[in-house]
Amino acid sequence: MSNAIEVKGLTKSFKSTVKDSVQRTEVLKGVDFTVQPGEIFALLGSNGAGKTTTINILTTLMSADGGTASICGYDVAAQPDKVRQSISLTGQFAAVDDILTGRENVILIAKLRDVPHPDKVADALLERFQLTDAAHKRAGLYSGGMKRRLDIAMSLTGQPPVIFLDEPTMGLDPEGRLEVWKMVQELAQNGTTILLTTQYLDEAEQLADRIAILNGGVIIANGTMDELKQLFPPAETVYVEKQPSLEEIFLAIIGAKAGH
Amino acid sequence: MNKTGVLFGRLMRHILRSPDTIITVALMPIAILLMFVFVFGGAMKDALPAGTNYATYMLPGILIMAIASGISYTAFRMFQDMQAGIFARFNSMPIARSSALWAHVLTSLVSNLMTVVLIFLVGLLVGFRSGAGLLAWLGVAGMLILTTLALTWVAVTPGIKATTMEGASAFSYPLIFLPFISSAFVPTSTMPLVLRVFANYQPVTPIVNTIRNLLAERPLGNDWWVALLWCVGITAVAYVFAIRSYNRRALNR
Repeated sequence: MSNAIEVKGLTKSFKSTVKDSVQRTEVLKGVDFTVQPGEIFALLGSNGAGKTTTINILTTLMSADGGTASICGYDVAAQPDKVRQSISLTGQFAAVDDILTGRENVILIAKLRDVPHPDKVADALLERFQLTDAAHKRAGLYSGGMKRRLDIAMSLTGQPPVIFLDEPTMGLDPEGRLEVWKMVQELAQNGTTILLTTQYLDEAEQLADRIAILNGGVIIANGTMDELKQLFPPAETVYVEKQPSLEEIFLAIIGAKAGH
Repeated sequence: MNKTGVLFGRLMRHILRSPDTIITVALMPIAILLMFVFVFGGAMKDALPAGTNYATYMLPGILIMAIASGISYTAFRMFQDMQAGIFARFNSMPIARSSALWAHVLTSLVSNLMTVVLIFLVGLLVGFRSGAGLLAWLGVAGMLILTTLALTWVAVTPGIKATTMEGASAFSYPLIFLPFISSAFVPTSTMPLVLRVFANYQPVTPIVNTIRNLLAERPLGNDWWVALLWCVGITAVAYVFAIRSYNRRALNR
């Protein structure tokens, strides 16, 4: 049971109605992968590739049609309660309660997870995610980046060993993206296993220890960045003038402003 | 069970932070109460048994109307949690799947009872009086709770299935107007045949009659058990649909 996540032959199809005839669309056609404890694993794929479906099955929100999946040795279909104790999910859209304050949001999750001293846990997490100043503000008034941070803080409440991040940087500005990246790296350093989905290639390259590419319902490539690079013809050495990317320019200007 | 309590606390905070929902829910029934008492009340005298206080007579119908409009917010709150992914978050946590659903049901019950109390208070201001004893009041409370529960479960399914905010609450409009074609405002015997048959055999009439007779310390007749059967029946059917759509939504989005 050394794998944090183990997925074998996972299949899933959905009913869809096309011109009055009911069809079944196969979204997952036998997905296999494993994730080691403490690893950052990126599931890469375009929209509709089945990334969210995979996450929904692994987080017990959906049942698979075939195949098996286990988290920390617990089968997602047979022992969903054990699985839910081992995981937390940060969905595509920040699932924070807009009417509650940031602090109340974290306390809510702490109470639901039976974490001792919910107040203290909340204060510590809010500080870690630089939300102390906004702790008593309604989450509805937070910026997109702050909401994401709060969302992830809520997911860390109770320190589950495996964390699922479904497109964690979708809709964030470049600064917000960097913040989330930094957080994910810190988490992994502390031993948390992270499975994240993304459609941004650079995000997978920056963050992940291993990358799996989901396409057409199967994993078509799986390995470290170096391993994936070897799938391609050897690199040719070409000399190019390094132009700053728009992202670098943007961050440089913003950084300069903040420095003044 | 204590998780339901935590989630109930969350939803009650929503209501207490926007008390306008309670006021909005109560406003329309109160406006109708005032209009009927002060505008139509004088003309109604001939249709009613001699010596009837019209505010006292129509208050039970106003309460049902308020509950029917209150549950549209129950559906609305469920819809919001569905859209925001909050149910997904709770359902991937080690708590009973039913906790989140029951928290909404409990919140609906409590918030509607708050509206009911508010309407009783306004009723007192415009002339509602009752000399009923504790037992009769407990009966009134029981009837109102059962009605709220039945309508709450009716509200759960649209709350889960709706794809737009309007869709989540539109189902309540016909329910709000159901008291008009019942014994709530005028005796059904004054209505033309088709309406009278409908009015006599729809649930609002026995519920209103039961509450009215309890408050007036009159014998209940058959109305109380007919009302009870309606409430239990509606709850049972609505519950089955609600649980089915909740599980389907939770497992196969």
